[in-house]
Amino acid sequence: MSDLNPINWWRRLLALPNDNLTKTLVVAFLVAFIASIFVSIAAVTLRPYHLANLEAERQGRLAAMVAALPGMGDILTGAGVDDMEAHIIDLTSGEFATHIDPATFDQREAASDPTQSSPIPSEADVAGIKQRSDFAQVIILRKDGKLHLVVLPVRGIGYQSMLYAYLAIHADGNTIAGLTFYEQGETPGIGTRILEPEWLELWPGKQLVDKNGEVLISVVRGEAVGEFEVDGISGATRTSNGVSNMLHFWLGDYGFGPFLTRLRNGEV
Amino acid sequence: MKQSLNYLTDPLVKANPVALHILGICSALAVTTSLSTALTMAGALTVVLVLSSVTISSIRNHIPTSIRLIVQITIIASLVIVMDMLLRAFAFEMSKKLSIFVGLIVTNCLVLGRAEAFARQNPVWPSLLDALGNGLGYSLILLIVGAVRELFGAGALLGYQVFPLVENGGWFEPLRLMQLAPSAFFILGLLIWIIRSWRPEQVEEPEFSILSQNDARHP
Repeated sequence: MSDLNPINWWRRLLALPNDNLTKTLVVAFLVAFIASIFVSIAAVTLRPYHLANLEAERQGRLAAMVAALPGMGDILTGAGVDDMEAHIIDLTSGEFATHIDPATFDQREAASDPTQSSPIPSEADVAGIKQRSDFAQVIILRKDGKLHLVVLPVRGIGYQSMLYAYLAIHADGNTIAGLTFYEQGETPGIGTRILEPEWLELWPGKQLVDKNGEVLISVVRGEAVGEFEVDGISGATRTSNGVSNMLHFWLGDYGFGPFLTRLRNGEV
Repeated sequence: MKQSLNYLTDPLVKANPVALHILGICSALAVTTSLSTALTMAGALTVVLVLSSVTISSIRNHIPTSIRLIVQITIIASLVIVMDMLLRAFAFEMSKKLSIFVGLIVTNCLVLGRAEAFARQNPVWPSLLDALGNGLGYSLILLIVGAVRELFGAGALLGYQVFPLVENGGWFEPLRLMQLAPSAFFILGLLIWIIRSWRPEQVEEPEFSILSQNDARHP
């Protein structure tokens, strides 16, 4: 006799003794299945809220960094935020890509879209990001119509997560005005010390490259010496190295190097 | 009815999960630097505890013994993930302050302890009351520790300045120790001391007695 009625089948399953192998497997499967559906529904429904929160935080960080930069507060209050403009640049040539609207450009999407990005040769990929978008956003702040600061979005692998940061550079294209991280997932209390103001305060004033254009800025173990070095975070060597490598990549030829060269030559 | 009420009230003081069973200490230390984080954590844990106990209790007759722990953990973990996502969606700043500790509710012995010790063997309604009682018991301890730490560590309660600080021209010099983890141990220890002096039946029998000097010489 073959009873195909699912309700009877279900009753028979429930009637099985609990240590029965079939019942064990079915219960295990059902619990896992229902739990995963529950979690998936929550993840999908709440995703817009998460993204909105992250976006708000990113904007807040940028505004906070801009406000904390020397003299920036005056500019923003004096001339309004019109002096802060987003531009898209072609990373390979370092020139402005005027055909792309900064308002609709999504850098993260561009970096993962094969038609808008290129793989990085492994020997050049010190930041461990494998792929970078062909175009990137830079934020240019002007004072009295003259370029005052550029803010570059950078990212790189830290100890256990991707670090996302903004690097602000003075008009000379070589002096750091500030560094701030807006997204990371490093070890709480250890790697997350990259977020501490005490450490971030070490960055302004440091130099990026030497006279020959070679990138020298780095995070060193222990005490920093000279204008190219920043103290490492003890206990977070790999996070510190990650920050160093991230800057080396983005200041180099595959990153913002060509753009910064033009900036230093006064072509921007 | 009396019995039902006991499920709810016993875990508050008489069998408090934190003070008597010493469960959930990790989060009790980590999130009690201020009252607001303690409140959020207490709420999150209570909700997870109640929902997991109700779920486990409702399928208790069909959980195979050989995989019961994994079934319980799966249910608890799913609830915790959803709770974490809810906090990140609607209380983003707070979820950043709580960082990993909401996720760590999965490993909170309190939740699994109630599932294993009570919900697995009891009907839904008593399980719900027991879970709610234990959640409130945990919350009570967290709120006391959180209130003491925020009041003496920052002179504030829920961010509202109670004692004017010296740096703002007041008289209160904040105790920096209160913002560090050891202070939670001290406060918790004092609380347990107070509860056990009040209810001596909670004092455990010593597992080893101290040897007298003679015994030590000739064991």
